[in-house]
Amino acid sequence: MRKFISGNEAVVEGALIAGCRFFGGYPITPSSEIAGHLSTRLPQIGGKYIQMEDEIGSLAACIGASLCGEKVMTATSGPGLSLMLENVGMAIMAEVPCVIVDVQRGGPSTGLATKVGQGDVFQVRWGSHGGYPVIALAPSTIAETVEMTIEAFNLAEKYRVPVFLMTDKVIGHMREDVDLESFAGYPIINRKVAPPDGEFLPYRAENLTDVPPMSPYGGLHVVRASSTTHDQRGVPTPDPEKITFKNSRLYHKIQDKAGEICRWEADLMPGADSLVVSFGISARSGKQAVVEARASGMKVNFLKILTLWPFPEEAISEAARGVNKVVVPELNWGQVALEVERVLGADVNVIRVNKTDGTIICPEEIIQVLNDAAAS
Amino acid sequence: MSIFNYINEAKLPTFWCSGCGHGVIIKALADAFDQLELALNEIVVVTGIGCFGRSDDYFMTNALHTLHGRAIAYATGVKLANPELTVVALMGDGDAASIGGNHLIHAARRNLGILALCANNRNYGMTGGQYSPTSQFGDRSSTSRYGLPESSFDLSALVQAAGASFVARTTVFHYKNLVKYLKKGINKGGFAFVEVMEPCPTMYGKFNQLGSAGDMVQQIRDEVVPVSRWKPGSDKSPIGILCERDMQEYCRAYDDVIRKAGGFDGD
Repeated sequence: MRKFISGNEAVVEGALIAGCRFFGGYPITPSSEIAGHLSTRLPQIGGKYIQMEDEIGSLAACIGASLCGEKVMTATSGPGLSLMLENVGMAIMAEVPCVIVDVQRGGPSTGLATKVGQGDVFQVRWGSHGGYPVIALAPSTIAETVEMTIEAFNLAEKYRVPVFLMTDKVIGHMREDVDLESFAGYPIINRKVAPPDGEFLPYRAENLTDVPPMSPYGGLHVVRASSTTHDQRGVPTPDPEKITFKNSRLYHKIQDKAGEICRWEADLMPGADSLVVSFGISARSGKQAVVEARASGMKVNFLKILTLWPFPEEAISEAARGVNKVVVPELNWGQVALEVERVLGADVNVIRVNKTDGTIICPEEIIQVLNDAAAS
Repeated sequence: MSIFNYINEAKLPTFWCSGCGHGVIIKALADAFDQLELALNEIVVVTGIGCFGRSDDYFMTNALHTLHGRAIAYATGVKLANPELTVVALMGDGDAASIGGNHLIHAARRNLGILALCANNRNYGMTGGQYSPTSQFGDRSSTSRYGLPESSFDLSALVQAAGASFVARTTVFHYKNLVKYLKKGINKGGFAFVEVMEPCPTMYGKFNQLGSAGDMVQQIRDEVVPVSRWKPGSDKSPIGILCERDMQEYCRAYDDVIRKAGGFDGD
């Protein structure tokens, strides 16, 4: 059955398909519909919704529930995300699966509560002190939003990390038709559970890419989870060797798996001399701009990033092969553009198309930049 | 049975300063667990940050060592996800009353069925003896050398006003009462708050020239009076059970939400 739903509703559908049974949240525009729908839908299937006293408590409650074995999610926007960051660090350190939806709006500060922005790309990656990797996904259609929400849960469960689903005000509120039944057979990943017998160590690992199996509070084992740097028992440790192993594993379990985690959509053509790279809402305009530019005879590649973090370095390099200029439209002052420059080095001219006035970038604006670059 | 079913003997002595009240409090909690014959995997000890935030290290139960001020917020998720668990949030006064004050009053308002224990030594010991929301007007501390120009919270009164089911205040001098209140709090089936007055001779005592740990315990004993003999306007704090009332616990109330939504039908 096809349904005409908004991006925020798509997040709800994707979460329920993935097995979400706990939502802790706090109202904030433009994400509030996610909380509204889940407060109705979760108790219908025996799940739990709680509206906490702030965003700090929202993510904290989610992490506590996840440690009881539930699949959990919270949803917010920039100002709330800023408050959640200390708990993002906790989820990284204690290795607790959780999904954080960031329906981005214009910043800084309270900024543009009801208008679009894409300025949180670096905040989700670097916002928590210490600088440890997370996973962030960025859909640009409603069907992708359903799928990426399921993927967010799958990746959180597989790697025991917080996973960000980054939409924005326009995707959150625009509607497209989606065939929800097409997701019926979608693969669902559940966290590895520790075997009932033998000694249980909550952070048992031998290799730097290992993800320890979990055991829920109230289950067969006694479980320790800790925000303090800990050994395999979950006990604080001053031992530099154990600290190195723990911190290295937090890094490598994600970065070394970038090839498995990263997703993108490439539309490449022979002889292309330019490339448009974008994500989320801006990728829709980028895609249309490339269609029109090609119709007027230009040779342009297109790359839509679906996994913002880990950044899809190989996909960028591949799409930029033989290209001498890369146009990066985004609703901020050039965050993904900085990453593209890092990956491609100084030989390629990275051209920014930035907008922070609360409106989206139109295809014409990107075509103009492509034309100007071709003429120069 | 023994408290060492719950306390990891290999970890003793504790890392806290001599004369600190924290060790007395975790012993009392272990005593309460023991007398209630709770299983280790049925209990989740949730802690925040600060001297008392390290108390989970000594427990052999489930443990969740979280962030400064957030113990109750994490405990909320644990309890709601699995209401069968005995969830205990251990906090110092900075943890519970300052950075975590919002979580404290909202958990009390919801009547979440956990035990929240505040070890109140009236200062931030771990970070060097700064004044806290329970320091008294005029107190000396590492950040109030001229005397504190702020008044203190009456935490028990605050939590009672916020809607808790059970509120008790006692001191580390009154050990048997402490164990009794912890047991009652755990079994209350509603938000239970136990405030324990205790000395911090290393910091609070030093800055306010209060003498030895023993001197401080005597002072703490002399500053309180059983609530049955307490009168409004008294310069002493009432100890004992300050509030005990029967209200629907939050997770049970949420069960009604699930029932109305039809969520139990498929089970």
